Amino acid sequence: MNTKLYEYILLLADNPLILGHRLSELCGHGPSLETDIALTNISLDLFGQVRNYFQYAAQVQGLGKSEDDIAFLRYEHEYRNVIMVEQANKDFAWVIARQFFFDAYHKPLLEQLAGSNDAQLSAIAHKSLKEVQYHHHFSSEWVKRLGDGTEESHTRMQDAINHFWPYMGELFEETALEKEMKENGTGADLVAIKPVFKSFTNEIMAEAGITVPSSEWSHSGGKKGTHSEHLGFILTELQYMQRAYPNMTW
Amino acid sequence: MNRMMVSNQEIRDILSTVTDPEIPVLTVEDMGIIRNIDIQESKVVVTITPTYSGCPAMDHIATDIRTTLKEAGYESEVLSVLSPPWSSLWISENGRKKMEAYGIAPPMEPTSDKKALLGGERIVKCTHCGSTNTKMISQFGSTACKALFQCADCLEPFDYFKCI
Repeated sequence: MNTKLYEYILLLADNPLILGHRLSELCGHGPSLETDIALTNISLDLFGQVRNYFQYAAQVQGLGKSEDDIAFLRYEHEYRNVIMVEQANKDFAWVIARQFFFDAYHKPLLEQLAGSNDAQLSAIAHKSLKEVQYHHHFSSEWVKRLGDGTEESHTRMQDAINHFWPYMGELFEETALEKEMKENGTGADLVAIKPVFKSFTNEIMAEAGITVPSSEWSHSGGKKGTHSEHLGFILTELQYMQRAYPNMTW
Repeated sequence: MNRMMVSNQEIRDILSTVTDPEIPVLTVEDMGIIRNIDIQESKVVVTITPTYSGCPAMDHIATDIRTTLKEAGYESEVLSVLSPPWSSLWISENGRKKMEAYGIAPPMEPTSDKKALLGGERIVKCTHCGSTNTKMISQFGSTACKALFQCADCLEPFDYFKCI
C-alpha cells in the first residue's frame, strides 16, 4: 500500500468530513428555511466529496475496507482535520465565519489539486470545484450582509471573525507529508494558496466593514492528530451507528 | 453466449425506462449520466457519472439500472466515473422540455450562472406563468441540483436547475 498517498487523502478529506458534520447539526435549526436548506446542501456536497476521497483511500489501502470504515472506525488521534472545523455552531455568524475561512481556502486548494499528477485526485478536485464555487459565494455574501447589516449583526460577525482568526494559520502549516506531495506533483502548494486566501478574505472583510484582526498566532495540532475536546463529542455522534451496530448498512 | 448478442442501442433502449427518482420525468439518458456501455461476454458494464458528488439518487439509479437489465435478461455491473465531471450541458433538449413541463426551469448556459455568481443578472422564466420578472430566493434549493426562485408576477415559487 502507498501509505503516504493514503495519509495525504485523509489530510484532504477529514476537513470536509468534520465541517460537513457540524453543518448537518443545523438541519432543522437554521435561522430561516432558506439558510437551513443552504447549509444542509453544503453539508451534503461536502459528504459527497468525502465519500469520493474515502473510496479512493480504501482502494489505495488495499485491505478490502470501505469508505465507511475510514469515516466511522478511526479513533480521535487518527483524524487529520484542522481544529477550526471542529468549532461549535454558537450562532449563525460563527457558522458563516467558519465557512467563509474554509471556503476561501478550499477553492484555491481544489484549483491546485485539479492539476495533480494523480488522476483520481484530479478528477475528485475538478468535480468538487463546481460545487465549492457555490459555497464560496454563499459564505462571502453572508459575511458582507451581516458585517454591513444592523449593529447587532455587525457585532456578532466581528465577534465570529475574531474567534476564528487564530485557527486559520493551521490551514497553511505545511507538514512534511504535504511538502513531499507538493514536490512530487501529487499535492497542493499551501504556500501558494495563502496569498490567494489573504487577498480574497481581506477584500470581503473590508467590504463588510469588519476590522481584520492583527494577531499572527495560531492554534495547531489537528493535522498531527492533536485535537480540541470538541472532536471526541463529534465522533461520538458521527460514529454512533457503526459503533453500536458494527457493519450495519442502510 | 447468444444472449449477449445485443447491441449498444438495444441496451440504451432498455435503460430508457430508468428514471431519476427525484425528477421522475427524466430518464438517465435525458440526464446525460450514462457515459459508456460495454457489452462483455457474460455481462453488460454500464458506466455512469454523478451529477453532484453527494447526490443521494446515484446509488438508487445504479440499483435501478441493474434491476432493469436483469428483468430484460442481462447480467450487469454499474461503474461510476468522476472524470470528466458531469455538466448540466449534457441534459438533452428533450430532457429540458420535460423538465420545464414538470415545473423546474431548465439550466441556462453555464456562463450565465457564473456571471450570476459574480453578481451579474440572469433571467429565468417562471414555469407557472412564463413571466421573466423573477428573482432568486436562494442559490440552494430542495435538492443539490436546484436553486429556489420566485415569480414577481404570479408570486409562485419555482425550482431552477443550476448550471454546473
